[in-house]
Parts: sequence; C-alpha cells; structure tokens
Amino acid sequence: MAEKFTRFTAVAAPYDPVNVDTDQIIPARFLKAPRENGYGGFLFHDARERPDFFLNHPVFGKAKILVANTNFGCGSSREGAPYAFHDAGFRSVIAPSFGDIFFNNCMKNGIVPVRLEEKICLSIREYLKHHAGTELTVDLQANRVTTPVGTFEFAVPPFFREMLLEGVDEIGLTLSLLPQIEAFEKDYAASMPWLAPLS
Amino acid sequence: MARSLFEKIWDRHVIARRAGQCLLYVDRHLVHDGGFHAMNNLAKRGLKVRRPQNTFGTPDHYVPSVSRNPADAPTAEIRRMVETYSTNMKRNAVPHVEIDDARQGIVHIVGPEQGLTLPGMVLVCGDSHTSTHGALGALAFGIGQSENEHVLATQTLWQSPQKTMRISIDGVRPKGVSAKDVILAVIAKIGAAGAVGHVVEYAGSAVRAMSIEERLTLCNMSIEAGARAGMVAPDDSTFQYLSGRPFAPEDFDQAVAFWKTLPTDAGAVFDKEVSLDAAALEPMVTWGTSPENALPISGVVPAKPERALDYMGLTAGMKLSDIKIDRVFIGSCTNSRIEDLRAAAAIAKGRKAKVPAMVVPGSGLVKKQAEAEGLDKVFREAGFEWRHAGCSMCVGMNGDLGKPQERIASTSNRNFEGRQGQGARTHLMSPAMAAAAAVQGYLTDVRKIS
Repeated sequence: MAEKFTRFTAVAAPYDPVNVDTDQIIPARFLKAPRENGYGGFLFHDARERPDFFLNHPVFGKAKILVANTNFGCGSSREGAPYAFHDAGFRSVIAPSFGDIFFNNCMKNGIVPVRLEEKICLSIREYLKHHAGTELTVDLQANRVTTPVGTFEFAVPPFFREMLLEGVDEIGLTLSLLPQIEAFEKDYAASMPWLAPLS
Repeated sequence: MARSLFEKIWDRHVIARRAGQCLLYVDRHLVHDGGFHAMNNLAKRGLKVRRPQNTFGTPDHYVPSVSRNPADAPTAEIRRMVETYSTNMKRNAVPHVEIDDARQGIVHIVGPEQGLTLPGMVLVCGDSHTSTHGALGALAFGIGQSENEHVLATQTLWQSPQKTMRISIDGVRPKGVSAKDVILAVIAKIGAAGAVGHVVEYAGSAVRAMSIEERLTLCNMSIEAGARAGMVAPDDSTFQYLSGRPFAPEDFDQAVAFWKTLPTDAGAVFDKEVSLDAAALEPMVTWGTSPENALPISGVVPAKPERALDYMGLTAGMKLSDIKIDRVFIGSCTNSRIEDLRAAAAIAKGRKAKVPAMVVPGSGLVKKQAEAEGLDKVFREAGFEWRHAGCSMCVGMNGDLGKPQERIASTSNRNFEGRQGQGARTHLMSPAMAAAAAVQGYLTDVRKIS
C-alpha cells in the first residue's frame, strides 16, 4: 500500500559525492533482515564510520531530507536502500540525477526523489553547510521545493505523483484492469503460438 | 516509421497507458533467493503468483560456494534465505531449480543457458544486472522488490518510456582485448551516469563479431553506465545459440521468422549516439570505487577523486602494473560462463597462483562443461580453488567476503566501497587478466604472458 505524500518540511543535510551507490546506502549483508524490525539503523552503515560523515554531525544527523549529487542511488536494485531512508525518517532526496531503479523504488516507499539542476543542488548544499539546521519544504502538490536560495519547480512522473498524493495502491489499481490484461494476453499468445508457457 | 529494436519490443507489450506511464506485459519474470520481501508482501495480501508459467526461479545470491548443502552456509540467517526461497517457490507453484540441481546457477547465467531468455521478450528480475539478457535481443531490466511484487501479482509493470542510445563499436579487437575490456572502455568513456534514463543498443561490426557469451558480458555492465537496459539485435549467432536449449520454442523456425523482424530499422533515430573504435582498445583495469574509474593496464593511477584513492590505498602516478594484489575472484554474472573459464584457464595452465584465487562457475552446467574439458584440473594444479555456482564474492551475500584492505583482482562488475567485504579493495578486469594477476601477484598485462 502506497504511503501518502503531499508536503514535507524537515532539516536537510548536504552530501557531496557523485555516484553514491546503493551498496553505500545499505551494505548487502543487511538485506536479509526482516522489514518489521526496521531498516533505519542500516542507512549508510559503513560510511558512518568516517567521523566527518553527515549522519555523525550534531545537526545534520537529525536531517530528514538529503541534498545529494549526480547519479545518486546508482548500482544495485536493492529496495533496502529506500527502506533504510524511510525507516530513518527521510521522505525526500534531492539530486541532479538518480539511478533509475533507485528512483522508482523511492516512489514505491513514500520517498519523493526530486531532480534539480546540478548548479541548484550545489548552491543548496553550500547554503546548508553554512547554515546547519535549515529546513526545506518539498511540496508534491505544487511540484515545488522551497529553499533559502530559491523556490524550484520539479517533476516526478505524473502517474506516480498521483499514487503518492492519493496513497493509491498500485497493485490494486492494476488488478482493476484485469479484464484488459487478460484480453491482451489472449491476443498475445494467439499471435505467437510458438511461445510455450513454462512448466 | 523506422523503429529501433527497443521501440518494437516496447510497443508490442503495451497493455494500457495512463498519465504518461505504460502498463507493460512481462513475458518472463526471473526470481532468486534475494526476493523474499516481494514474496512476503504478496502473501500478506493473500495473493499468489498470478502466472507461475511466466516465472522461473534459481537460488544464487545466498547459496554457499563450498558445497551444495544449505547447511554449509556460514550463518543460520544465510541458510534460512536459501530455504525460504525453496518454500516460496513451492507455495506458489513456480517452475524453479533447487540448489542441488545441475541447472542451478546465477539467474543471469541460467536464463540464457536454459533458453528462458528469448528475443523480443520483456524480461524482468529483482537484480540490476538483468540488463545481461538484452544480449539475446530482449528488453530486460532490473526492478525493486515492490515492482517484483507487482509483477508476481499482475504479470505487468508500469514503466515510463525510456530514451534510447546507440553505442556503435566498430573495428577488430586486438589480441588480449575481451568483451569485458570493451564494456569497461565504454563506461570509462560515457561515465557511470552516462546512460541514465536510456536503453542502450550496442551495434557495429565489433558487436556483430562477438559470440553470444561476449555480448552477455557487454550487456551485463550496461547498468554500470546507468543504463536501464542494454541490448543487441538478434542475428544468426543468436538463433544458433538458442537452438536446442531446453526452453527454446519447439516451432523454432516460426520463432526465428518473428525474431528476424526485430532488429532496428534503417533510419531509426536514437536520442543519443556514441561510437568507439575496438581496434584502439587495450586490456582494462579499474583503479577506483566506480566502474567509470577504468584505464588501460598500461596507464597510471590518476590524481582524482582523492576519496577513491584513499579507499583503494593508492598513490597518484603509480603504474597500474605495479599494484600488488592479495586475492583473485573469477566468477559473477559478468564473467563466469564457459568461454570466460577457458580464457582464464589458458593463462593459469602450467603456472602457479601467487595469491589465493577462486573460480566460481556461473551455473552447475558451466561447471560440468568445464570439468568435461579438464579446466577444473588446470585451475586446481595452478593452485586456484574450484567452487560451486552462485554469485559468491561478487557481492558476498553468501559469506564469501574479502577482508578489510584486502586487494582483490575480480572479474565481477562493481568496485564500490565495501562491495566485496567491508574495506575490501576491488579491481575489475577480464577473466584472462584476473588469471594473469593471480599467477604474477600484480595487476598484469595479459598480453605479456600469453
């Protein structure tokens, strides 16, 4: 069941590296944990060993929005990455670009991935570094992020925006189209009789 | 209108459109032992797999490589993952193999090997290296567990239309340059984010000349350039490869007639075009913590990014061939097929490994074939360990892990921080280069050995 998201205001943390992969966000050894116990403690588990890591900062450690850099969440398809963000209280990540699978996984977990231009992300990160504790607002209803350096429009795919705004259950929605799916499957199978089902 | 291979497959699979998304029909859903969240959530809804006849399972991420007994897993939690997989497969009547089946292996090895992956299909799997299957002319991409659950429940997936990129690779590869070197060179050229939001089609004479196994290696690492999928148009090599595979169509000629309609039409337009000269390539190695940090073995360690140098314990300006290694891993969905093992064995033959080295075949059938050819003996005599099929040390989820600061020459796909174990340092390269590193104890230009 999709978690509803309309508008979220929280302290934001800057994180500069490019190509942050999902192995960094959650090391593979934690992926066998049951979800019921929470994934928040796994977020950047090994990266946190660096004393200067943002989650060790007295103020940024309490952030619930991350402002990151290019190709954030690249690599592995592990949904443990958005689970970890979600269970640690994060509801949005802002970056110039995202790994495609991570981007999709975020939207299925009530986290809004916001794409803003590289230079805008940079100026927000620089501002945050000098003004720790600054809050940002991600408004999905208005497709707008409000920051001290400006207000910026963003876009997530309209279909998923609708799901997040209304808290629609995607599987439920698709199952309501079952007659259409079944009709497609019938035609498809008829057009490719050589394509046998597995058994 | 002229259409690309990708567009032809996409169009053929659209069931419905809504707010810019397409509901795609999924021909094949491959599942493995890492997919328990999706299975749990499906069960919580009171649902079962809607079309088990479109689904196929093999355990790979958590299986021990030392034996075929789940009890040999290093921890009870890891063992439970393999057992949970088996329970979920049976409960949902999903066609699957168990750990002790000769057909078991890494899901991206098993799909093509069994003929589960066919041209023109939409194939998905909860693993980012699903891009591998595009080598056979399928549209294949990795998905997360929520998307897995959606496919299990509906046999469909909502997807945004993708942009297209054609990477044309022409010319003849010099001796010692493998498909792995080609894809590392592609990633170094366009960057780890170079193909984000795109489906890549690999074209050109160097791609046409590749065997199917080489194309599988090429497409496998598309995700490391950020691509949603990688694909190669099906041709006679594809049809020959598929002919006689267990799940290949019985009416093969009829299938081939359809498959021949799939290649990109002349005049089809791509959002982005990239080209590469295969003749100018050298054997490659990575030095940093992103697959884009790849250079010819004749190169030197660059000055940036410092964070990567720091993690890797390297100094700017040092020759790549002066880097001493501690361990070698030959395996993973990138490079564990029979041609990979032959290439590594050709270097290992008659030599001795100077560091611990292990070979993990991609499937039980690859292992069997290698043993029939005596490759296991070659490896053992050279001091390499000969293991059982699975993902093993590519991702270490089964407990096959490197130690902190241990430097590993690896044929896998990711050199991310901690990927092969917390603090472990990964250098990516081809199977022949990894074998050369094993027998020399240093990153080595394989052309100087063979």
